[in-house]
Amino acid sequence: MVYLTRKAEFSASHYYHNPEFTPEENQRIFGKCNNPHGHGHNYTLEVTVKGKVDQRSGFVVDLKELKEIMNREVIDAMDHRFLNKEVADFKDRIPTTENLAISIWLRLKSKLNLAELHRVRVYETPDLFVDYYGEA
Amino acid sequence: MKAYLTRRYWFSASHRLHNDAMSAEENQTVYGKCNNPHGHGHNYSLEVTVTGQVDPRTGMVCNLVDLDGFVHEKILERFGHQNLNTLEEFQGTVPTTENLCVEVYGVLQKGFHHAQVDKVRVEETMLNSFEYAGGGDIRY
Repeated sequence: MVYLTRKAEFSASHYYHNPEFTPEENQRIFGKCNNPHGHGHNYTLEVTVKGKVDQRSGFVVDLKELKEIMNREVIDAMDHRFLNKEVADFKDRIPTTENLAISIWLRLKSKLNLAELHRVRVYETPDLFVDYYGEA
Repeated sequence: MKAYLTRRYWFSASHRLHNDAMSAEENQTVYGKCNNPHGHGHNYSLEVTVTGQVDPRTGMVCNLVDLDGFVHEKILERFGHQNLNTLEEFQGTVPTTENLCVEVYGVLQKGFHHAQVDKVRVEETMLNSFEYAGGGDIRY
């Protein structure tokens, strides 16, 4: 089994707010991230797939195809967007880095027939990232 | 849904690798430059990974304010700008980055309860790093 990781970058804005909380609770729990006008990050996405190396091509996966799927399913949908307002995944879910990783996993999982998805890693900043392995 | 959240912190400290149970020659052979009696320092990068179910109400594994607060108070304040050899934690062990990893993991495991502590990774320099997950396998 060989693991292959492809990286991509996108920039987006978000804010954290749960309408079920009072304004005070939202402020206490989410702090600065509760600013309703949003704030942004340069996100780095790492997608890791695993599989056997194909004898004929020497590939685990055709990188061009993986890149196209990542671009179509993730980058086109999220780059330079306000995640809360413009990406349907976050209509009823707070676009934390945790939920972003889960959302990207779900978007890719259904489209990736090439190799098995192993891990989605999303860096919100160089010092903060979330890994999701598809676990319930 | 279970996710893994990693936060990176920085602190600077000095140490000397030396074991009193070894002869001076042995110490020199085993630790080389790191045995310099006056010590030397590093900018350590510490990565703390915690795991748990993502809370549907907050979208979080744990609130970063809690993790940052704990790490600042119990780890960065404790080890930052210190000579590790002078600390109680390293009176019986050599302050290698292996032992530092185990020590930091223990502090988190014992005192941080907002999420499950998964692993600790410490970079001593850009060229070497150490990971500890309480003796369990590390997931990549």
